Amino acid sequence: MRERFVYLDHASTTPVRPEVLEAMLPYFTQKYGNASSLYSIGRESKKAMEEARIKVAAALGAQPGEIYFTGSGTEADNWAIKGAAYANRKKGKHIITSAIEHHAVLHTCQYLEREGFEVTYLPVNEKGLVSPDDVRAAIRDDTVLISIMFANNEIGTIQPIAEIGKIAGEKGVYFHTDAVQAVGNVEINVSGMGIDLLSLSGHKFYGPKGVGALYVRKGVKITSFMHGGGQERGRRASTENIPAIVGLGKAIELATLDMEERNQKLIALRDRTINEVLKRIPHVRLNGDRQRRLPGNVNFSFEYIEGESLLLMLDMKGIAASSGSACTSGSLDPSHVLLAIGLPHEVAHGSLRLTFGEENTQEDVDYLLEVLPGIVERLRAMSPLYEEKEGSQCTVKK
Amino acid sequence: MYSEKVMDHFMNPRNVGEIPDAQGVGQVGNPKCGDIMKMYLKIENGVIVDAKFKTFGCGAAVATSSMATEMIKGKTVEEALKITNKAVAEALGGLPPIKMHCSNLAEEAIKAAISDYFRKQGIPTDHLEDLACGRRCDDIHKAREDD
Repeated sequence: MRERFVYLDHASTTPVRPEVLEAMLPYFTQKYGNASSLYSIGRESKKAMEEARIKVAAALGAQPGEIYFTGSGTEADNWAIKGAAYANRKKGKHIITSAIEHHAVLHTCQYLEREGFEVTYLPVNEKGLVSPDDVRAAIRDDTVLISIMFANNEIGTIQPIAEIGKIAGEKGVYFHTDAVQAVGNVEINVSGMGIDLLSLSGHKFYGPKGVGALYVRKGVKITSFMHGGGQERGRRASTENIPAIVGLGKAIELATLDMEERNQKLIALRDRTINEVLKRIPHVRLNGDRQRRLPGNVNFSFEYIEGESLLLMLDMKGIAASSGSACTSGSLDPSHVLLAIGLPHEVAHGSLRLTFGEENTQEDVDYLLEVLPGIVERLRAMSPLYEEKEGSQCTVKK
Repeated sequence: MYSEKVMDHFMNPRNVGEIPDAQGVGQVGNPKCGDIMKMYLKIENGVIVDAKFKTFGCGAAVATSSMATEMIKGKTVEEALKITNKAVAEALGGLPPIKMHCSNLAEEAIKAAISDYFRKQGIPTDHLEDLACGRRCDDIHKAREDD
């Protein structure tokens, strides 16, 4: 049996905090009222939802009236982009985004291209950073939206959001940011950063799955997403998922409350992992920026091996991680993010993402460092791309 | 997602390594696609007496390499040439649909290694050219788009 279980995939999802679950539970069985009903348990649900809205707004430096609850981060991205594009069609049909966005943004933009919009996909540098100058240069008279993610889900690079927001504001173009990976990890202030639209997702910061939110700055024109009842001021119809919304509110409150303390711990885990792996294992590179990265994010490429094999072997040792290899992406191409930062295909196939969370400890890092070098060595010994010569000299056969 | 048998052949692959004095060596695949298989065959009197492999690839690629080498050991080269990717996948208790292309790699590696053996023996390999053409990433991409 497994000796232990070490979860290192917090960018994928996080466990629900016990306090969050506790806050949610009454809304399933006792306080089950529909928030649109006028009797007591209905009013109670409405009140709980509005309290959650205040908490989300407080975490972002927004007004509660600017927060709309959604069914997920993906929904918030879809709504922001399609909503802004359709509502401003008279102004133009041009959208600016980056090559390393999450598929929730990329595939939405591709959909809009089929609908007649034009999309500029800005490149990133080798660290995964978008250049604000590139954003400025890409803006046209008919540009209706700029959508640049706050922090990348794979390589953790944090974008110069405030600078891009400033440019967007000067040019009078709406600025959306997919902040799904950033909320709870990075200080966010929508007014200070010039953000008009921001997407977030509850399960990335110890809240429940199936709930997200979209911040829409007052006065920003977007079309409604769901048509039906008058929920969310008629912008996003459907009976509100009160337990999930309550959970999201509690989670974002806790995540922002102890952010600094948690980040110090996460950065210590992250940096030790980076330093030790680079020291102990040859032919490995760190993907992403060393400093400008999410506190819990580590992303390596191990040359001459393939990511899925690495994940399977880590799983056998009880370590849960992810990879950008084709085999794990469900397609035949490796991650678009790793290709965008210039990695050759074969190096992108050998990527490993480890994302730390608040329950991880230095003992988890010890354990990872104990098993990872052996696994990499074992897979390399099996790889025709790698051949170890006498001594410690390694050569590559091409 | 993988059967127990696939996981067994992945975690405990049979016949990993090289044969220095192999009579036939074949390499197929492409690092761009994320999998390469290299197969070594020791052949005596037309019988495969030993087979070893080295593979860069996913769990299915390693498991099919392992199973393919097990299946051809003790067989004549003619018998080995008849082994199909489907037979390798079946022997492993099946593969997820998206991983079936990995089993093609095993079939092609066997054929590439035998083709090399034939060449070294001066046996015409015209009838094998098509079989051991080597799989190309772009072909698969195209095939998938056509689906």
